[in-house]
Amino acid sequence: KNSFGLCCHEITHIFHSTDFEVHRNWLAITHSLPVSKWYHESTSEWTLDYPPLFAWFEYGLSHVAQHFDKKMLVVQNLGYASPATVLFQRLSVIATDVVFIYAVRECCRSVREEKGSKDLLVRPYFILAALLLWNYGLLIVDHIHFQYNGFLCGILLLSVARHLQGRHLEGAFLFAVLLNLKHIYLYIAPAYGIFLLRSYCFTKDNTDGSVRWSSLSLVRLIALGSIVISVCALSFGPFIAMGQLPQVLSRLFPFKRGLCHAYWAPNIWALYNVVDKALSVLGLRLKLLANLPKASMTGGLVQEFQHSVLPSVSPSATLICTLVSILPAVLSIWRCPRGARGFLRCLVVCALCSFMFGWHVHEKAILMAILPLSVLAVESREDAGIFLMLATTGHYSLFPLLFTATEMPTKVLLILLFTLYSFTSLKKLFRGFLLNTLEVTYLLGLIAVEIICEVVYPLLPWKQTLPFVTLLAKSVYCSLGVSYSFIRLYLSILRPTDKPKEL
Amino acid sequence: MDTWSLLSICVLLGLTTRWAVSLNSYSGAGKPPMFGDYEAQRHWQEITYNLPVHEWYFNTTDNNLNYWGLDYPPLTAYHSLLCGHVASLINPDWVELHTSQGFESSAHKLFMRATVLIADLLMYVPAVVLYCFYLSEGSNRKKVCLVLCILLYPGLILIDYGHFQYNSISLGLALWGVLGLGLGWDMLGSLAFVLAVNYKQMELYHSLPFFCYLLGKCFKQGMAGRGLFLLVKIAVTVLVTFTLCWLPFLTDPGQVLQVLHRLFPVGRGLFEDKVANTWCSLNVLIKIKTILSTDTQLYLSLAATLLAALPSSIKLLTKPTLWQFKLALVNSSLAFFLFSFQVHEKSILLPALPVCLLLGDLPLPAVWFLQASTFSMLPLFLKDGLFVPYAVTSSAFVFYSVYLLSALEHSSEEELRLRPVRRLVCLPRVDLGRIARWTFYLSVAAMAGLSFMSVALAPPARLPDLFPLLVSVFSFLHFLGLLLYFNVVQIAEPPSPRRKNPKKTE
Repeated sequence: KNSFGLCCHEITHIFHSTDFEVHRNWLAITHSLPVSKWYHESTSEWTLDYPPLFAWFEYGLSHVAQHFDKKMLVVQNLGYASPATVLFQRLSVIATDVVFIYAVRECCRSVREEKGSKDLLVRPYFILAALLLWNYGLLIVDHIHFQYNGFLCGILLLSVARHLQGRHLEGAFLFAVLLNLKHIYLYIAPAYGIFLLRSYCFTKDNTDGSVRWSSLSLVRLIALGSIVISVCALSFGPFIAMGQLPQVLSRLFPFKRGLCHAYWAPNIWALYNVVDKALSVLGLRLKLLANLPKASMTGGLVQEFQHSVLPSVSPSATLICTLVSILPAVLSIWRCPRGARGFLRCLVVCALCSFMFGWHVHEKAILMAILPLSVLAVESREDAGIFLMLATTGHYSLFPLLFTATEMPTKVLLILLFTLYSFTSLKKLFRGFLLNTLEVTYLLGLIAVEIICEVVYPLLPWKQTLPFVTLLAKSVYCSLGVSYSFIRLYLSILRPTDKPKEL
Repeated sequence: MDTWSLLSICVLLGLTTRWAVSLNSYSGAGKPPMFGDYEAQRHWQEITYNLPVHEWYFNTTDNNLNYWGLDYPPLTAYHSLLCGHVASLINPDWVELHTSQGFESSAHKLFMRATVLIADLLMYVPAVVLYCFYLSEGSNRKKVCLVLCILLYPGLILIDYGHFQYNSISLGLALWGVLGLGLGWDMLGSLAFVLAVNYKQMELYHSLPFFCYLLGKCFKQGMAGRGLFLLVKIAVTVLVTFTLCWLPFLTDPGQVLQVLHRLFPVGRGLFEDKVANTWCSLNVLIKIKTILSTDTQLYLSLAATLLAALPSSIKLLTKPTLWQFKLALVNSSLAFFLFSFQVHEKSILLPALPVCLLLGDLPLPAVWFLQASTFSMLPLFLKDGLFVPYAVTSSAFVFYSVYLLSALEHSSEEELRLRPVRRLVCLPRVDLGRIARWTFYLSVAAMAGLSFMSVALAPPARLPDLFPLLVSVFSFLHFLGLLLYFNVVQIAEPPSPRRKNPKKTE
């Protein structure tokens, strides 16, 4: 079963995007320059903006890379892409995907299933493995767009699996490692923190489910703390010793970029932008407003811009929104922890909150929510319904990542494959329809949107004057679906359950 | 999961693999002055679009036959004409007479790849699905697995979507022919097969079994009454189809002769390049190309081919059942491949198609053959820069088909029909099934090893062709062995009136 995923990941594509050059540059920086220069180097525009542990990872890779092609490790060779380089990079992604495959196996082993079904294709184990290994989003992003997302998602899933299996210290360690590899996972740190504090450090609950303060186990608390601190020390230590911490932090959190990526991720701010634009157009027409700055929001570059009618949004505002949105979910698992599965649900909610309200969110971030949700989806009928909505919409929103005509059949075929499989397998597992008519209509509407954007719109004369309407339309339509799934998922976490609590 | 959704998933998987392979390089990419098969197909679009019909096969100032002259029958020309029309609608530069020679661009590549995909989707894929569902046995789940395995056969994918050809059309038509005959629609089946022959003359490799099957069926129905009537109907269908295909050329006997001259270049010698057939392998030990004259070579290969194909054809004539027909297709085309004149390594696809049809009944030998056939084309793939797709698709194919079809579980002596061999060999203690399995493992390992060596190591200076030669001799031994095996299976079957062999296992 694991070979399915391996074979799929090995279908090699020749395309490489700017991310390819980014990683080549990082290999060069970590190999050729001393540690003190890593976060100061700026020959290339793609500066090192991941935490130090990732830099160490690239450093390790560069030692293997020098056997493939030494020239790629020269910092000045901007845009260098010999066949050996491409081969090495692709092989490195495939090799690190082994982590992902192992993590999927562990997740599948932790899944509860009924004893009855013998048919392999309908067992939750198999369905989950297929949904994770063949996840359309991951395939597209990792192998066509080139990143190490498989590796990172693998560590995330492995950490989740360890918690599901009750091995909390390992899970915490893995998450600390993950955090030091890519700091975007900071958004889901509250879920981890509160869960571990509440369910692991406090060993017993009162009879009504509330926390028994006396049962705080200092040993466990210290163990957790020391693990996290030691991992962070390992990664940031050298830089703190050299006094470079502010420089590293400034590279890690570049708030110069705009509220939205060049293509709007389908989150709240996409809707906000559209409403703002609509109001401004309306205002001009009705002569309520005098003159407004011309806002170009999907101009293809990451620019800062001001909103015309509604108040402008600053980075701190988005941070506050995200924190406020996480608060109820996190409080609910403090108040009544529902074990590891409650934690997983909270994790997905935190990831979605960060996607919905974050600053400069890339549409790839939806994967951080979809992948853990797959684990919940094979266990509960309601979660399966939410998963189908979120996954289909989220995956469709990744379409603009691949925009050439050659990639069109690939992305269409792959998304059809994944959607068809997820619908039919989950339907068979839970024996019945999982979505109501409105949801199905919305999803069918995705097909209509795609046809209009790709086929009908280019034939219309407006293409010259309003070239980004298609991206806008896709983004807004998808944000409706994502928001709907978000609200449903949030309600499911806030709703009190009467299932027995277990760790 | 219900069959319909499983089937769609399998078809989508097949299509995805095809498109993924098509993203790679094609034959002759960036290699002036002659380029490769891709340029040949583009050139034919140019020729057929711009020139009148009577000039297509002739050497004129506008049509230089030395630069990829048309050497396939008229249906290929008509198909190129259609593609040429579509190409000129999108971008006339692609088929501009003379100036478009050697034209290469990513948009053009997309167009050409798309034509292959559409042809495949219209011709080959439906035939495969219908065959698996109507003419093969087993549960629905097994039929869907069969569809997947046939669609994942790497040889066809790599040649059509990598090297660049339109084999899916001719093989698809031949499969429609098999489908027609299997379902009892003899006229439609013969119509489809005649179209296949008129698309690529190599389909004549399959013609002997078609002929013997239909003749045998006519004999069975009695030459006095219905049999004769059936014979006449089929003959008329064949003649009418031929006439319709060749209609523009029938006005002038010179046209017909020239086309035949282009289709069957008898002046070119016994073989070109390294190919896994008898003559090339024999050439390693005895240099037959230099010893014998061209005419002798021609007669020798003709005699050898007919001799090799005769036993299976006669058996089919006496017992025209679908099972015999499938085996005869394999035997006849394999015999032609091994002994015929001017065989190209791509012709291995012709025996590969009927072997695909045997995947459900004899999984282990079929997978073995299909793996060997892909392996035999390795030098061609290396030349085209297709090593990675080759490695991925062939390893995927061998794993999936062995797993899905339970090839190793169904490899007992009974299921491999090796009882006649046992009678011949007289070794009571030995478990032939186990020998077969172990030989299979060793063979696959050797193929993997040789593939890796061909890419990673440089051949010694004295023997620059070492690896292609090793590959073709190794494949030749496989093909010879499997030819003998399939012949034994076909001929040793008792001539009883039963249509199927009793032991059909899941």
